[in-house]
Amino acid sequence: MNMRQVRAIFRKEMREFRRNKQIISTMAVSPIGFLIAPMIFLFSIGASDASTLYNYPVLLFTLGMAALVPVTVGAYSITGEREQGTLEPVLGTPIGAREFMLGKALSVFVPGVAESYLVFGVIDGLVWAARPAAVSAVALRLSILLAQLIFTPLLVCLSVWMSMMLSARVSDVRTAQQLGALINLPVIFLAIAMGFHLIPVTLTLGVTAGATLIVLDVAGWWLVSGTFDRERLILGAR
Amino acid sequence: MSAVSQSRTRTETAALSVEGLGKEFGNGKVAFADVSFEIGHGEVFGFLGPNGAGKTTTVRTLGTLVAPTSGTAVVAGLPLTPANGAAIRRRIAIVPESPGLYQRLSVAENLECFADLYRTQDPRARIGQALRSVNLEDRAGDLCGTLSKGLRQRVALARALLADPVVLFLDEPTSGLDPVAAQEVLSLVEGLRKDGVTIFLTTHRLDEAERLCDRVAILNTTMRLIGRPAELRDQLFAKTLLIRLASPLTTPEAVFTEAVGVEAWHLCDDGGYELTVPDITAAAPAVTRALVSAGADVLSIGESQHSLQDVYLELIGDQS
Repeated sequence: MNMRQVRAIFRKEMREFRRNKQIISTMAVSPIGFLIAPMIFLFSIGASDASTLYNYPVLLFTLGMAALVPVTVGAYSITGEREQGTLEPVLGTPIGAREFMLGKALSVFVPGVAESYLVFGVIDGLVWAARPAAVSAVALRLSILLAQLIFTPLLVCLSVWMSMMLSARVSDVRTAQQLGALINLPVIFLAIAMGFHLIPVTLTLGVTAGATLIVLDVAGWWLVSGTFDRERLILGAR
Repeated sequence: MSAVSQSRTRTETAALSVEGLGKEFGNGKVAFADVSFEIGHGEVFGFLGPNGAGKTTTVRTLGTLVAPTSGTAVVAGLPLTPANGAAIRRRIAIVPESPGLYQRLSVAENLECFADLYRTQDPRARIGQALRSVNLEDRAGDLCGTLSKGLRQRVALARALLADPVVLFLDEPTSGLDPVAAQEVLSLVEGLRKDGVTIFLTTHRLDEAERLCDRVAILNTTMRLIGRPAELRDQLFAKTLLIRLASPLTTPEAVFTEAVGVEAWHLCDDGGYELTVPDITAAAPAVTRALVSAGADVLSIGESQHSLQDVYLELIGDQS
């Protein structure tokens, strides 16, 4: 694995994303849908009803955001390059499949995790600062914070592989983004179900979900790097 | 001769050696077939053909971006195999028809990225050198999206030079450029030629092929002809003398049949005569003597010059 080539792709992607207003604005807007319901719930509940939050860990609902945010950038990563004609020059260099895919994946993973943690930080901070201690103590209990900390990178990683696989196979960015959002729906529904007590949140569920995500993430890397096909990326399906 | 020793021999003598190469897509469409040629080190080789002839796919195949479905090739000294893909790409550079620059990145940032991808030693110095080669030192900080098409093509050339390639593939480098920008790009290519870079140039602009290329091949899915432009003219067209006289001959048949080496003649629309001869240098003095003996006032005698375009149209014209 040549890390200089991985860094080259990563740095280039970061520079491009920073200067792409469409990506910045989409990334800024996409978490909003996941914040409204939990915030209404948390800001309407009184101190006397704080124990309700044991059954309704609504902050877990926001984990759905971690699955959705990377889709914007991930869908762009390969289709976007093909659209602007930059894919061929890059693939014409001595870069290997793993270096190319890892550079691309990191450039989606890092902003995805950073944005998710930032948003969690802001809403957790708001709850801690603006709600009674009885509410914030339950809403922000250790298991919730650990879930945010651990599941965020696992969910982002899975979303990265799925969106990159789509990006390598469809012909335009918009289609890749729409399909990316669609295939992430099961994860989002799971987050909703946990947040609103449709599925009881237990330690067993947490460990099982974590282990499953780790397996899927490893399988995703194997699949994405193993099915890399320079010819198909350049020519599309012929 | 074994495959290994054969490829060693090729390595020593040719920068690029192709034997029966072909590409058929999954849908049965043949991009190109049975393509064979060799290019020597430092040679500029023109690859001509109409749109859809398979030129770009040939470049992509030799650049290891597309897998061939038949034939063999040795690119920059290495057999064209999937295992050699990265090693071959380290020795070559491709400038595609569209420059393919990152529009939101500056010229220097684009080159930085590619210097790292090529794993260039001392990238800063190499970038400076590449920018000097294409006369763009003062535009290093400009965003590529703000550059004209011609300047973008020059940046793409600079990007290719970062690799210090054994073989440089230029895929229609002047396509879509205005005459001034095209001229600038061609001058840069001429400079590379003088520096001894082996260049594989695909184009359908015959004037630039004639100006730049040592040899050309004409492709229309299969190879039609290969050779130096002058050789191709000789292969396809008979040698002809064009004669202009102050007044027509009264007995041209007698004059031309008496002249040594004239195979056929005919009167042109402009009143001149076109003579088919096997050897211009022998026929021209003999014809001149015959005309003077016949009392003709000779205004000019010259060889009819067929352009590469004539060759191309003769081969491709009816089919495209």
